[in-house]
Amino acid sequence: MAADGGEGMTADVAVLGAGMHPWGKWGRGFVEYGVAAARAALADAGLDWREVGSIVGADTVRGGYPGYVAGATFAKALGWQGARVTSVYAACASGAQAIDTARVQILAGRADVVLVVGADAAPKGFFRPAGGDRPDDPDWLRFRVLGATNPTYFGLYARRRMAVHGDTMEDFAQVKVKNAASGVLNPYARYRKRVTAEEVAASAMVADPLRLLDICATSDGGAAVVLSSMEFARRRGVVDPVRIRAVSTVTPRYPSTVLDLPEIATDSAVAVASATETFRASIARTAYDEAGIGPEDLSVAEVYDLSTALELQWYEDLGLCGEGEGAKLLREGATAPGGRIPVNSSGGLASFGEAVPAQAIAQVCEVTWQLRGTAEDRQVPGARVGITANQGLFGHGSAVIAVR
Amino acid sequence: MSRTRTPVVARWFAGDGENFSLLGTRCRACASVFFPREDVRCRNPGCQGADLEEVPLSRRGRVWSYTDGRYRPPSPYVTDPELPWEPYTLIAVELEAERMVVLGQAVPGVTPAELAVGMEVEVVPGVLHEDTETVWTTWQWRPTGVRA
Repeated sequence: MAADGGEGMTADVAVLGAGMHPWGKWGRGFVEYGVAAARAALADAGLDWREVGSIVGADTVRGGYPGYVAGATFAKALGWQGARVTSVYAACASGAQAIDTARVQILAGRADVVLVVGADAAPKGFFRPAGGDRPDDPDWLRFRVLGATNPTYFGLYARRRMAVHGDTMEDFAQVKVKNAASGVLNPYARYRKRVTAEEVAASAMVADPLRLLDICATSDGGAAVVLSSMEFARRRGVVDPVRIRAVSTVTPRYPSTVLDLPEIATDSAVAVASATETFRASIARTAYDEAGIGPEDLSVAEVYDLSTALELQWYEDLGLCGEGEGAKLLREGATAPGGRIPVNSSGGLASFGEAVPAQAIAQVCEVTWQLRGTAEDRQVPGARVGITANQGLFGHGSAVIAVR
Repeated sequence: MSRTRTPVVARWFAGDGENFSLLGTRCRACASVFFPREDVRCRNPGCQGADLEEVPLSRRGRVWSYTDGRYRPPSPYVTDPELPWEPYTLIAVELEAERMVVLGQAVPGVTPAELAVGMEVEVVPGVLHEDTETVWTTWQWRPTGVRA
């Protein structure tokens, strides 16, 4: 049964197809990964590219001009066919914004079928800011003034959790152990090898207290989904598609009092009291509100484990447990395969490494396969409701709720 | 020839010794404080303020969290590739009066092992790097010896 948007309009869109190019370091251009993912998603949907009325590309900042106009770049590579074209950028949340753009076009009646594509070809080592002197750019400043790489921010969050909640480095290592075990089962993952806690502990310290195996790599990869109206899906004989029921794309609220990438300081709460709800918690809550469900309804969750410690933070932000109880939830096995709410059944960023504009779309691919019951050895039995969550630099929340 | 001492970012900090402090701005309409400074508009969504005054931030605060950089950061952080990388510590400091957290490097030689959340630190002038003409100055956090 379709959800009612309140004015007789269905608020659901169907996921007709999902496709990925395997993550790795392949040494080729992002367009190739995106096109491979797009063709896989179209084949999965049983559609010809010429039937697609709109294409939305999630941009990459690493591919030069073609990366900034990813929608057109992918459309040209697939063969111009006159579709509407949109390109969006929201850092790590780009893929979710692309999905939301497609969804809104469908719900507004502007397109029946939309292809969403994101792909990246990542450099070796730390992400770095764009070139040139830009003293007005917080991302440039944090590198110039502090040398604060992304892992140093992850290290700050991890240390804070240890001090406030009593998390241990062993807890963090167990997140990697869990996600690596799932990644072994995922043909699209870059790392498909089990990892032990001892191996995490023996890996090089990168940003105290986080070690190399606590921190996600940067990867090449591509992901795509084909979305359609529920009516189009019915006409095509797809009677019970996976449906996207909510997409949250919220900003923080002033004053933002968690030190977020790439900022050098938080807002001050001296004139306006800080909200009781953190930014990350508001990302999930907005999605729950829109979908009319709560965390207790979830079967699976894909969260942005840029670091092992951050995955524990997401448990709390998604409401899977109370504040400070993330490590306990992990230790109980609740978030492992077979647990109450398996998290990152795909293997997560721990097994993929981040391919920025593709990653949020890849999260939705995994949830789609889980809800269809086609996730093979990773399958969470009877999965009906899934959430994805991430946070992009500069204040981009994103969460997608899919149901079946 | 003596080299010029130049702040790595203009107008973010000033003063010497005991008078050294970070410089923020405060909205004259709603009293919101900003660091890095906002000079042309207040970012409080409930305020239309456009008149902001420069204010020194509290010189002392408490460690909110800390970490270090074990690998050489990429440009535009300036390092000498000829020299082996020396890790340095980063400290996020909670300023009670301003109710905000400000990140900075620790003074050289302070390692994470010596720090704890809640410890008191103070802001001191420091050198980020030097080249033939310029000593680039910055702010650094130094433990005062007062623990949580």
